[in-house]
Amino acid sequence: MHAPDGFINAPVSLGTGAVSASILAIALNKAKNELDEKAAPMAGLVAAYVFAAQMLNFPVALGTSGHLLGGALAAILIGPWTGMIAVSVVVILQALLFADGGLTALGFNVFNMGIITVFSGWFVFILLTKFLKGRSGIVIAAFIAALISVPVSAVSFVSQYAIGGTGTLDVLDVLVAMFSVHVLIGIGEGLITALTISAVLVLRPDLVFGARGKIKTELQIKESKVS
Amino acid sequence: MKLSNKFLALGIFVTLILASVVSYYASGDPDGLEKVAEEKGFLDDAVDHSLGDSPLADYGVSGVADDRLSVALAGSFGVLLMLVGSTLLFKFLAKRK
Repeated sequence: MHAPDGFINAPVSLGTGAVSASILAIALNKAKNELDEKAAPMAGLVAAYVFAAQMLNFPVALGTSGHLLGGALAAILIGPWTGMIAVSVVVILQALLFADGGLTALGFNVFNMGIITVFSGWFVFILLTKFLKGRSGIVIAAFIAALISVPVSAVSFVSQYAIGGTGTLDVLDVLVAMFSVHVLIGIGEGLITALTISAVLVLRPDLVFGARGKIKTELQIKESKVS
Repeated sequence: MKLSNKFLALGIFVTLILASVVSYYASGDPDGLEKVAEEKGFLDDAVDHSLGDSPLADYGVSGVADDRLSVALAGSFGVLLMLVGSTLLFKFLAKRK
Protein backbone atom coordinates (compact mmCIF):
# COMPACT_ATOMS: atom_id res chain seq x y z
CA MET A 1 0.00 0.00 0.00
CA HIS A 2 3.06 2.29 0.04
CA ALA A 3 2.40 4.19 -3.16
CA PRO A 4 5.42 5.49 -5.07
CA ASP A 5 5.60 8.97 -6.57
CA GLY A 6 3.98 9.34 -9.96
CA PHE A 7 0.66 7.54 -9.44
CA ILE A 8 -1.23 10.60 -8.28
CA ASN A 9 -0.73 14.18 -9.48
CA ALA A 10 0.73 17.04 -7.46
CA PRO A 11 -2.49 18.92 -6.58
CA VAL A 12 -4.21 15.85 -5.10
CA SER A 13 -0.98 14.76 -3.36
CA LEU A 14 -0.53 18.19 -1.81
CA GLY A 15 -4.20 18.50 -0.94
CA THR A 16 -4.30 15.13 0.80
CA GLY A 17 -1.02 16.04 2.49
CA ALA A 18 -2.62 19.17 3.92
CA VAL A 19 -5.57 17.12 5.19
CA SER A 20 -3.19 14.61 6.82
CA ALA A 21 -1.14 17.38 8.43
CA SER A 22 -4.26 18.99 9.88
CA ILE A 23 -5.58 15.72 11.30
CA LEU A 24 -2.16 14.89 12.77
CA ALA A 25 -2.05 18.34 14.40
CA ILE A 26 -5.36 17.52 16.09
CA ALA A 27 -4.03 14.08 17.06
CA LEU A 28 -0.88 15.58 18.63
CA ASN A 29 -3.15 17.70 20.77
CA LYS A 30 -5.68 14.98 21.64
CA ALA A 31 -3.13 12.23 22.35
CA LYS A 32 -2.30 13.75 25.74
CA ASN A 33 -5.73 12.69 26.98
CA GLU A 34 -4.87 9.06 26.19
CA LEU A 35 -1.29 9.16 27.42
CA ASP A 36 0.50 9.51 30.66
CA GLU A 37 4.25 9.32 31.02
CA LYS A 38 4.02 5.66 32.01
CA ALA A 39 2.13 4.84 28.81
CA ALA A 40 4.74 6.48 26.55
CA PRO A 41 7.10 3.46 26.30
CA MET A 42 4.12 1.18 25.44
CA ALA A 43 3.14 3.60 22.67
CA GLY A 44 6.74 3.62 21.46
CA LEU A 45 6.76 -0.17 21.45
CA VAL A 46 3.59 -0.19 19.33
CA ALA A 47 5.27 2.08 16.74
CA ALA A 48 8.30 -0.22 16.65
CA TYR A 49 6.07 -3.31 16.39
CA VAL A 50 4.08 -1.83 13.51
CA PHE A 51 7.35 -1.00 11.73
CA ALA A 52 8.58 -4.57 12.19
CA ALA A 53 5.27 -6.12 11.13
CA GLN A 54 5.17 -3.95 8.01
CA MET A 55 8.42 -5.61 6.90
CA LEU A 56 6.70 -9.00 7.00
CA ASN A 57 4.91 -9.41 3.70
CA PHE A 58 2.74 -12.52 3.68
CA PRO A 59 1.42 -14.20 0.51
CA VAL A 60 -2.29 -13.66 -0.15
CA ALA A 61 -2.79 -14.93 -3.69
CA LEU A 62 -0.67 -16.15 -6.54
CA GLY A 63 2.23 -13.71 -6.88
CA THR A 64 0.71 -11.16 -4.52
CA SER A 65 1.61 -10.26 -0.97
CA GLY A 66 0.42 -7.92 1.72
CA HIS A 67 1.55 -6.71 5.11
CA LEU A 68 0.01 -5.34 8.27
CA LEU A 69 -1.01 -1.69 8.14
CA GLY A 70 -1.48 -1.56 11.90
CA GLY A 71 -3.95 1.29 12.31
CA ALA A 72 -6.64 -0.77 14.01
CA LEU A 73 -4.07 -2.58 16.16
CA ALA A 74 -2.46 0.65 17.33
CA ALA A 75 -5.82 2.29 18.05
CA ILE A 76 -6.98 -0.64 20.20
CA LEU A 77 -3.64 -0.93 22.05
CA ILE A 78 -2.85 2.73 22.78
CA GLY A 79 -5.89 4.77 21.78
CA PRO A 80 -6.97 6.19 18.42
CA TRP A 81 -5.13 9.55 18.52
CA THR A 82 -1.92 8.08 19.91
CA GLY A 83 -2.20 5.15 17.50
CA MET A 84 -2.64 7.50 14.58
CA ILE A 85 0.58 9.30 15.50
CA ALA A 86 2.45 6.00 15.98
CA VAL A 87 1.55 4.59 12.54
CA SER A 88 2.10 7.96 10.86
CA VAL A 89 5.58 8.24 12.39
CA VAL A 90 6.32 4.80 10.93
CA VAL A 91 5.06 5.72 7.45
CA ILE A 92 6.97 9.03 7.46
CA LEU A 93 10.27 7.45 8.54
CA GLN A 94 9.82 4.61 6.03
CA ALA A 95 9.63 7.18 3.22
CA LEU A 96 12.52 9.31 4.52
CA LEU A 97 14.96 6.58 5.55
CA PHE A 98 14.00 3.35 3.82
CA ALA A 99 12.82 4.72 0.44
CA ASP A 100 9.49 2.94 1.01
CA GLY A 101 6.64 5.09 -0.30
CA GLY A 102 7.28 8.22 -2.37
CA LEU A 103 8.00 11.65 -0.92
CA THR A 104 5.27 13.54 -2.79
CA ALA A 105 3.06 10.51 -2.09
CA LEU A 106 3.74 10.82 1.64
CA GLY A 107 0.68 12.96 2.35
CA PHE A 108 -1.80 10.44 1.03
CA ASN A 109 0.23 7.43 2.16
CA VAL A 110 -0.02 8.75 5.73
CA PHE A 111 -3.73 9.36 5.21
CA ASN A 112 -4.41 5.90 3.77
CA MET A 113 -2.21 3.86 6.11
CA GLY A 114 -1.99 5.91 9.30
CA ILE A 115 -5.24 7.86 9.53
CA ILE A 116 -8.17 6.21 7.73
CA THR A 117 -7.22 2.77 9.11
CA VAL A 118 -7.36 4.17 12.64
CA PHE A 119 -10.69 5.97 12.16
CA SER A 120 -12.37 3.00 10.48
CA GLY A 121 -10.79 0.36 12.71
CA TRP A 122 -11.58 2.21 15.93
CA PHE A 123 -15.15 2.96 14.82
CA VAL A 124 -15.84 -0.70 14.03
CA PHE A 125 -14.15 -1.83 17.25
CA ILE A 126 -16.23 0.53 19.44
CA LEU A 127 -19.40 -0.47 17.63
CA LEU A 128 -18.76 -4.21 17.97
CA THR A 129 -17.65 -4.16 21.59
CA LYS A 130 -21.10 -2.80 22.48
CA PHE A 131 -22.35 -6.29 21.66
CA LEU A 132 -19.29 -8.52 22.04
CA LYS A 133 -18.28 -8.76 25.66
CA GLY A 134 -15.31 -10.07 27.59
CA ARG A 135 -11.85 -10.93 26.37
CA SER A 136 -13.01 -13.07 23.47
CA GLY A 137 -15.41 -10.31 22.45
CA ILE A 138 -12.52 -7.84 22.33
CA VAL A 139 -10.40 -10.21 20.25
CA ILE A 140 -13.22 -10.92 17.77
CA ALA A 141 -14.01 -7.22 17.49
CA ALA A 142 -10.31 -6.50 16.90
CA PHE A 143 -10.21 -9.10 14.12
CA ILE A 144 -13.21 -7.66 12.29
CA ALA A 145 -12.11 -4.04 12.84
CA ALA A 146 -8.64 -4.72 11.45
CA LEU A 147 -10.04 -6.72 8.52
CA ILE A 148 -12.37 -3.90 7.48
CA SER A 149 -9.71 -1.18 7.86
CA VAL A 150 -7.63 -2.58 4.99
CA PRO A 151 -10.21 -2.46 2.16
CA VAL A 152 -11.26 0.95 3.54
CA SER A 153 -7.66 2.07 3.09
CA ALA A 154 -7.65 0.65 -0.46
CA VAL A 155 -10.89 2.44 -1.35
CA SER A 156 -9.40 5.64 0.06
CA PHE A 157 -6.44 5.28 -2.30
CA VAL A 158 -8.72 4.59 -5.27
CA SER A 159 -10.78 7.70 -4.50
CA GLN A 160 -7.60 9.78 -4.59
CA TYR A 161 -6.62 7.97 -7.77
CA ALA A 162 -10.03 8.74 -9.28
CA ILE A 163 -9.48 12.47 -8.76
CA GLY A 164 -5.75 12.78 -9.36
CA GLY A 165 -4.54 9.59 -11.01
CA THR A 166 -1.95 10.18 -13.72
CA GLY A 167 -3.18 7.22 -15.77
CA THR A 168 -6.32 7.15 -17.89
CA LEU A 169 -7.95 4.05 -16.50
CA ASP A 170 -11.38 2.74 -15.77
CA VAL A 171 -11.63 3.71 -12.11
CA LEU A 172 -14.31 1.12 -11.38
CA ASP A 173 -12.01 -1.57 -12.72
CA VAL A 174 -9.19 -0.40 -10.41
CA LEU A 175 -11.65 -0.16 -7.50
CA VAL A 176 -12.84 -3.75 -7.88
CA ALA A 177 -9.27 -5.07 -8.17
CA MET A 178 -7.98 -3.02 -5.22
CA PHE A 179 -10.96 -3.86 -3.03
CA SER A 180 -10.86 -7.61 -3.60
CA VAL A 181 -7.12 -8.09 -3.07
CA HIS A 182 -7.26 -5.92 0.06
CA VAL A 183 -10.06 -7.99 1.56
CA LEU A 184 -7.61 -10.91 1.39
CA ILE A 185 -4.83 -8.82 2.93
CA GLY A 186 -7.38 -7.68 5.52
CA ILE A 187 -7.84 -11.27 6.69
CA GLY A 188 -4.10 -11.37 7.43
CA GLU A 189 -4.36 -7.97 9.13
CA GLY A 190 -7.23 -9.29 11.25
CA LEU A 191 -5.37 -12.43 12.26
CA ILE A 192 -2.17 -10.58 13.23
CA THR A 193 -4.16 -7.95 15.10
CA ALA A 194 -6.28 -10.52 16.97
CA LEU A 195 -3.20 -12.59 17.85
CA THR A 196 -1.30 -9.56 19.14
CA ILE A 197 -4.24 -8.21 21.14
CA SER A 198 -4.92 -11.60 22.74
CA ALA A 199 -1.25 -11.96 23.70
CA VAL A 200 -1.24 -8.56 25.39
CA LEU A 201 -4.61 -9.35 27.04
CA VAL A 202 -3.04 -12.45 28.59
CA LEU A 203 0.16 -10.75 29.74
CA ARG A 204 -0.92 -7.23 30.61
CA PRO A 205 -4.66 -6.63 30.08
CA ASP A 206 -4.32 -3.27 31.80
CA LEU A 207 -2.20 -2.04 28.88
CA VAL A 208 -4.91 -2.51 26.24
CA PHE A 209 -6.53 0.91 25.78
CA GLY A 210 -9.56 -0.54 23.99
CA ALA A 211 -10.23 -2.96 26.87
CA ARG A 212 -10.44 -0.27 29.56
CA GLY A 213 -13.64 -0.59 31.50
CA LYS A 214 -14.61 -3.63 29.42
CA ILE A 215 -12.79 -6.38 31.30
CA LYS A 216 -11.41 -6.82 34.76
CA THR A 217 -7.68 -6.32 34.90
CA GLU A 218 -6.47 -8.93 37.31
CA LEU A 219 -3.57 -6.85 38.48
CA GLN A 220 -5.74 -5.09 41.03
CA ILE A 221 -4.50 -6.09 44.45
CA LYS A 222 -6.96 -8.50 45.97
CA GLU A 223 -7.96 -8.00 49.56
CA SER A 224 -6.45 -10.54 51.86
CA LYS A 225 -8.94 -12.97 53.31
CA VAL A 226 -6.76 -13.56 56.32
CA SER A 227 -7.78 -11.24 59.09
CA MET B 1 12.33 -6.14 37.48
CA LYS B 2 8.98 -4.40 37.57
CA LEU B 3 6.15 -6.09 35.74
CA SER B 4 5.82 -3.26 33.23
CA ASN B 5 9.56 -3.37 32.46
CA LYS B 6 9.36 -7.12 31.99
CA PHE B 7 6.54 -6.75 29.48
CA LEU B 8 8.40 -3.98 27.67
CA ALA B 9 11.59 -6.05 27.48
CA LEU B 10 9.67 -9.02 26.08
CA GLY B 11 7.91 -6.77 23.56
CA ILE B 12 11.16 -5.22 22.36
CA PHE B 13 12.76 -8.66 22.06
CA VAL B 14 9.89 -10.06 19.97
CA THR B 15 9.82 -6.94 17.80
CA LEU B 16 13.58 -7.10 17.16
CA ILE B 17 13.33 -10.78 16.18
CA LEU B 18 10.49 -10.01 13.77
CA ALA B 19 12.36 -7.15 12.10
CA SER B 20 15.80 -8.72 11.99
CA VAL B 21 15.27 -12.47 11.57
CA VAL B 22 11.70 -13.22 10.43
CA SER B 23 11.84 -10.33 7.91
CA TYR B 24 14.35 -12.28 5.82
CA TYR B 25 11.63 -14.82 5.09
CA ALA B 26 8.98 -12.25 4.12
CA SER B 27 7.32 -12.68 0.74
CA GLY B 28 9.11 -10.83 -2.02
CA ASP B 29 6.04 -10.75 -4.25
CA PRO B 30 4.53 -7.37 -5.16
CA ASP B 31 1.99 -6.11 -2.62
CA GLY B 32 -1.70 -5.60 -3.40
CA LEU B 33 -1.30 -2.08 -4.78
CA GLU B 34 1.77 -2.92 -6.86
CA LYS B 35 0.06 -6.01 -8.29
CA VAL B 36 -3.07 -4.08 -9.25
CA ALA B 37 -0.91 -1.33 -10.78
CA GLU B 38 0.90 -3.96 -12.81
CA GLU B 39 -2.27 -5.72 -13.97
CA LYS B 40 -4.18 -2.55 -14.79
CA GLY B 41 -1.16 -1.01 -16.46
CA PHE B 42 -0.28 1.99 -14.31
CA LEU B 43 2.83 0.61 -12.64
CA ASP B 44 4.98 2.39 -15.23
CA ASP B 45 3.63 5.74 -13.99
CA ALA B 46 5.74 5.22 -10.85
CA VAL B 47 8.89 7.31 -10.70
CA ASP B 48 12.03 6.27 -8.86
CA HIS B 49 12.22 7.25 -5.21
CA SER B 50 14.07 10.54 -4.76
CA LEU B 51 15.99 8.99 -1.88
CA GLY B 52 16.39 5.61 -3.59
CA ASP B 53 20.16 5.74 -3.07
CA SER B 54 19.93 6.36 0.67
CA PRO B 55 22.01 3.99 2.82
CA LEU B 56 18.94 2.14 4.17
CA ALA B 57 16.86 2.07 0.99
CA ASP B 58 14.59 -0.97 0.64
CA TYR B 59 15.36 -2.22 4.15
CA GLY B 60 18.97 -3.09 3.52
CA VAL B 61 22.26 -1.48 4.45
CA SER B 62 24.17 -0.40 1.37
CA GLY B 63 27.62 -1.97 1.25
CA VAL B 64 26.59 -5.07 3.24
CA ALA B 65 26.79 -7.93 0.76
CA ASP B 66 25.12 -10.61 2.89
CA ASP B 67 21.34 -10.27 2.43
CA ARG B 68 20.52 -11.83 5.76
CA LEU B 69 22.83 -9.48 7.65
CA SER B 70 21.77 -6.48 5.61
CA VAL B 71 18.06 -6.80 6.40
CA ALA B 72 18.84 -7.70 10.02
CA LEU B 73 20.85 -4.50 10.51
CA ALA B 74 18.31 -2.30 8.73
CA GLY B 75 15.40 -3.91 10.58
CA SER B 76 16.90 -3.62 14.04
CA PHE B 77 18.03 -0.05 13.40
CA GLY B 78 14.48 0.79 12.31
CA VAL B 79 12.94 -0.84 15.37
CA LEU B 80 15.25 0.97 17.79
CA LEU B 81 14.72 4.28 16.00
CA MET B 82 10.91 3.95 16.08
CA LEU B 83 11.06 2.84 19.71
CA VAL B 84 13.29 5.61 21.02
CA GLY B 85 12.03 8.35 18.71
CA SER B 86 8.34 7.80 19.29
CA THR B 87 8.73 7.13 23.03
CA LEU B 88 10.40 10.53 23.37
CA LEU B 89 7.65 12.13 21.30
CA PHE B 90 4.94 10.47 23.41
CA LYS B 91 6.65 11.44 26.67
CA PHE B 92 6.74 15.04 25.44
CA LEU B 93 3.06 14.91 24.44
CA ALA B 94 2.05 13.36 27.77
CA LYS B 95 3.82 16.11 29.71
CA ARG B 96 2.21 18.89 27.72
CA LYS B 97 -1.05 18.93 29.66
